[in-house]
Amino acid sequence: MDALTEAFRLIITLDPDLFEILGLSIRVSLIALAIATVIGLPLGTYLAINKFPGRRVLITLLNALMGMPPVVVGLMVYLMLSRSGPLGGLGLLYTPTAMIIAQVVLITPIIAALSNQVIENLYQEYRDTFYSLGITGSKAVIAYLVDARYSLTTCILAGFGRAIAEVGAVIIVGGNIDHLTRVMTTAIALETSKGNLTLALGLGTVLLTLAILVNGAVTAVREFAKRRQYA
Amino acid sequence: MARSPRYGNLPNDANMLNPLLPIRFHDLRLKRRHRRVLDNLNLLIKDPGITVIMGPNGAGKSLTLRCLHGLIKPDRGSIALGALSVADSQRQQAMVFQHPVLLRRNVMQNLAFAKPEADHRELIDALTAVNLDDRAEQPARLLSGGEQQRLALARALLNQPKLLLLDEATASLDPASVLLIESLIRKQSQAGTKVILISHDQGQARRLADDVVFICRGQVVEHRPADAFFSHPESREAQAYLAGDIIV
Repeated sequence: MDALTEAFRLIITLDPDLFEILGLSIRVSLIALAIATVIGLPLGTYLAINKFPGRRVLITLLNALMGMPPVVVGLMVYLMLSRSGPLGGLGLLYTPTAMIIAQVVLITPIIAALSNQVIENLYQEYRDTFYSLGITGSKAVIAYLVDARYSLTTCILAGFGRAIAEVGAVIIVGGNIDHLTRVMTTAIALETSKGNLTLALGLGTVLLTLAILVNGAVTAVREFAKRRQYA
Repeated sequence: MARSPRYGNLPNDANMLNPLLPIRFHDLRLKRRHRRVLDNLNLLIKDPGITVIMGPNGAGKSLTLRCLHGLIKPDRGSIALGALSVADSQRQQAMVFQHPVLLRRNVMQNLAFAKPEADHRELIDALTAVNLDDRAEQPARLLSGGEQQRLALARALLNQPKLLLLDEATASLDPASVLLIESLIRKQSQAGTKVILISHDQGQARRLADDVVFICRGQVVEHRPADAFFSHPESREAQAYLAGDIIV
């Protein structure tokens, strides 16, 4: 109970250590989310509205990658960025950039696979009408994205939820270095192992609040879209 | 085919004005799941006005219309609209489906999507024509079934098509909505647009049709002026259909 009270004190007094970790967590996850969205959304859309040999295999692969274990992603990125790896010369290992790369690898398939499903459903529904109205090419793609905006927002928020709560990959490639690569999840793991439950609980509370806010946002977006028949 | 007296309300040179006439289906063949659903279908629609396609379920009516619109490519055979192919004429065609697909936007945005260059006045006029001008800002998918179909019709007519195709567009609508849509169809036909519609509703076909095409088992069984078709159907299939018998 004392630890919980102390944890709330850290939050209320805007403890610099806690907020440094929080700031880095959000920064890393938001940058990863932006990159994953830029890659995943067009990829999901392309696979939804273009027919070519091997398309189904790619979609199956994308769906499978959604469940990729984070530690495996961490290991892959580690091998790429380690000194003897192909990108070792860039010196990115144990930096926030390495953590961003790991999160991008983790959440891009989530955003691509979920958006693929959303756009494919819309494509089936709109295809004949678009053809009839002479809507093709980029105009059709933009229309799919605009009309799927609420569903796609929930896909992106799902990606953010995964990124911010992730620990396995970022601890491998980030190293949990104080004031450099320490984020909420890795700090919680470390502080718990040290028996410092105060900071761990404080961070845990913030993380939980973030998760609730993200899920609340997803629900609010869904409800709004449903009310206006835009879902 | 004898000319129906109803053509009298059209301009004399209406088919001269309509570059998509005559419409000629030649030996159209289409297979679906090893079954021949269009079986050497031949049809010549040379007159303006309203052509109603009738026939039992699964006869190939919708497939014929979808081939004409270019939504389906037949396995064999050809379709010519005047001197044009289906692909070349597509921009001059419009189609309204049984279940209207409206974008997840408001009524006005649904219209503007079909014709981005249209100004506000033109869009409002189009909505006024279908009695939806007071719903312009409402989410389109919250409209009633009849209103959605009227919006779909307004959207289809926005680009002034020369050929309007309607696939059971008034099925499951209430009588008032049906009559309103029928009056819009009639008005469009009188303005020179060739209208081809599929309907199971004999009352509607009697009210609207200048000529009737009866399709059964993927073939045109009968094509005659509406009055002649309804008073003395020639084919056994059409007689059974009009009598309400099930045709297998």
